[in-house]
Amino acid sequence: MTTTIATKEELKQRIEAAIPGASAEVRGDDGHHFQAVVTAPAFAGLSRIAQHRLVYDVFDGELGGRIHALALQTKAE
Amino acid sequence: MSDETQNPLRDAIEDAIGSNDVILFMKGTPEQPMCGFSARTAGALQALEVPFAAVDILPDPRIRQELSALSNWPTIPQLFVRGELVGGCDIVMEMYESGELAELLGAEPEQAPAPTVDAAQAAPLSIENRLS
Repeated sequence: MTTTIATKEELKQRIEAAIPGASAEVRGDDGHHFQAVVTAPAFAGLSRIAQHRLVYDVFDGELGGRIHALALQTKAE
Repeated sequence: MSDETQNPLRDAIEDAIGSNDVILFMKGTPEQPMCGFSARTAGALQALEVPFAAVDILPDPRIRQELSALSNWPTIPQLFVRGELVGGCDIVMEMYESGELAELLGAEPEQAPAPTVDAAQAAPLSIENRLS
């Protein structure tokens, strides 16, 4: 696993690359704690749990470790 | 990774989720939370005055590993209601603010609260004691 410090730009880019049609607004400058608002048509009809899982899956294994915390808000449109 | 055929810790976690209507896995205890996310989530449940069970995942890192493997959810806290994962801090707080959490838990925040026992029951399982 890479140990470089995470950035909000990296998180935004990875979320948008992984979830079709997603647009992500990511805040957080300390390299460990981030807040993201993610809007994606792919979320339509999904429970909040399922929506958040789609985003968590982008960072499989890194949450709680390299990325200490990612506060999430998800919207279908 | 652990073998699923012999996993008493995972069994104990599953059992706790199955036998408590409202159960929160958190860092620390409701009285003494060890993380802001756990504190906020426990605080929302306490504000609704619903009884809930709480499990501190800090005593052994394997509790968290097994819980996340079981729930397919990477972070702590995790709130389960009637056996179903509801979410972590973000989802619980969003639902608390919208009133959905009160509805899910059958709480009636607008009316006089029903008399309840202490909001936080004792931890239903002492997982740390099961580990040698």
